[in-house]
Amino acid sequence: MEPIMAVVIGVIYAAAIYMMLRRSIVKLVIGLILISNAANLLIFTVAGMTRDAPPLIPMNGDPLGDVIADPLPQALVLTAIVIAFGVLSFAVVLIRRAYQIVRVDDMDQMKDTDT
Amino acid sequence: MSPEVALPILIPLTAGALSMAFWRSRMMQRLIGVAGTAALLAVSIWLFASVQDQGHVIMNAGGWAAPFGITLVADLLSAIMVVLTGIIGFAVAVYSLPTIGRGHETFGYYPLLHLLLAGVAGAFLTGDIFNLYVWFEVMLLASFALLILGGERAQMEGAIKYVTLNLLSSVIFLSAIGLLYGMLGTLNMADIARRVALVEDNTLIDIVAVMFMISFGIKAAAFPLFFWLPAAYHTPPVAVSALFAGLLTKVGVYALFRVFTLIFNQSVDFTHEILLWGAALTMLTGVLGAAAQFEFRRILSFHIVSQIGYMLMGLALFTPLALVGGVFYILHHIIVKTNLFLISGVVHRLKGTHDLKRLGGVYKAWPLLGVLFLIPALSLAGVPPLSGFFAKFVLIRASIEAGEITITVIALLVGLLTLYSMTKIWAEVFWKKAPDDDGAAIKVSPLSQRHLWLMIAPILGLAACTVFIGLNGQLLYDVAEAAAAQLLDPQGYIDAVLGEQP
Repeated sequence: MEPIMAVVIGVIYAAAIYMMLRRSIVKLVIGLILISNAANLLIFTVAGMTRDAPPLIPMNGDPLGDVIADPLPQALVLTAIVIAFGVLSFAVVLIRRAYQIVRVDDMDQMKDTDT
Repeated sequence: MSPEVALPILIPLTAGALSMAFWRSRMMQRLIGVAGTAALLAVSIWLFASVQDQGHVIMNAGGWAAPFGITLVADLLSAIMVVLTGIIGFAVAVYSLPTIGRGHETFGYYPLLHLLLAGVAGAFLTGDIFNLYVWFEVMLLASFALLILGGERAQMEGAIKYVTLNLLSSVIFLSAIGLLYGMLGTLNMADIARRVALVEDNTLIDIVAVMFMISFGIKAAAFPLFFWLPAAYHTPPVAVSALFAGLLTKVGVYALFRVFTLIFNQSVDFTHEILLWGAALTMLTGVLGAAAQFEFRRILSFHIVSQIGYMLMGLALFTPLALVGGVFYILHHIIVKTNLFLISGVVHRLKGTHDLKRLGGVYKAWPLLGVLFLIPALSLAGVPPLSGFFAKFVLIRASIEAGEITITVIALLVGLLTLYSMTKIWAEVFWKKAPDDDGAAIKVSPLSQRHLWLMIAPILGLAACTVFIGLNGQLLYDVAEAAAAQLLDPQGYIDAVLGEQP
């Protein structure tokens, strides 16, 4: 499973960076969404994928007995998803407002503040 | 149990929530703004006192023992940074009273200000690498919203660059945390440091170290990753600019100091060499960028970049003296840079523009303001006896002792060019005669004496801090030396957090 995931994550990262390098601000946000998902998948995969072994210990069971999935990366991914959701919804609102004010969908036209 | 570690985070969060509760009352929000930041300053001084007393002050959130729960750790560097956060927060809150317009206030300026301070304090105090990520995001989200309050065209364009690059840096940070967790199986920074020392093959650790370096480098605006900063920092209201200039990049610098002294000290030849080159180029590009500018706040923005180079130089040389210099530099820089931005705001309020070519004659009309500008400006350039002189002196002495002649020459040259930029602002804004067409072109609404003095008061306070640091160099040097000694002794940090290991 891990090799497949590694390839998938790599492809998502590559796609995200390609999208972010485009000039359109909409594609920029799509790139941001993809890259944050790629990071979540990366945490999930790197911490070890354990099938069919939820981190639940039965009543009176041995806490150190069987191999179980590590619950911590799941908590990390959950936190990261929530944060990414908040930040990305901000980014979507931002590009909408920016489009309303600047009236272009092209990063190359937005260089008033550059030097 | 030491509540003073958690209070610098809890107080701004509570103040933010309270000002949300008084959403309709601008008066209450202003009151909470000043009272909350004053409380933060008081608590941060308490924290500093108890850190000086005990060395490391630690609190395990929820009572979970160290490597399993989230730990809040304050060592001397964190405590210094939190005190500076308190000072800057208070100064900016007072400065906001006469400068932030009704529109900003009704759209939640004060709650966001508190949230930003909570994020900054949290990032300084946490001892858990994932928690650091969370505080970074809290801080970033608040800064995004503050940056676009007002919704002008320049703000939108600046914000898109700022948001994109900071989100990218967060994702790199998150990926690096994931990889580190996959290798070591822990998130507590002390535990990570302990386990990194046990790893035999350092190749992967080095790669992750470089990912951390890139991520924090973007946040700290180091070369070649600084372009978002001069594109964004001159767009929001001056109080916001000043807050960002003082605190945000310094959080990145703090994270670099923390991670590259505590965790990634296994292959100094490789990582700190990259940092050294980064520092040199950051200094140079920043100061050269500033030399080409003719807008007050843009010049100052580029100088933030160039000053970040000095701080990184202290870290990169990685000798005890250099770290002392780095810590001292951060200490001095935060106060001076915020002050310069606040002064640019007063000038803008009085003359109606930031453009150097259209400004002039400020010294003749308001001599006090001219003197107040000279204090931080000369300090930034490193003129004795102000604070910047000692910071630069320690750093340059450290680089000579380390035998790094190239960086010594660059640091001295950059100091000279900084003086050039400051002279340019002095000559154009304060000294030369005001251009004749000025009065007709720019309309400035009259400013009451009370408001003017409310704007001047925080500037006076910060200038007094600068002079105090300059005249009591030894006192502050001792503090910086103790902080650097703690940084160079990771084992002390690890023992303090995890308890003595057999």
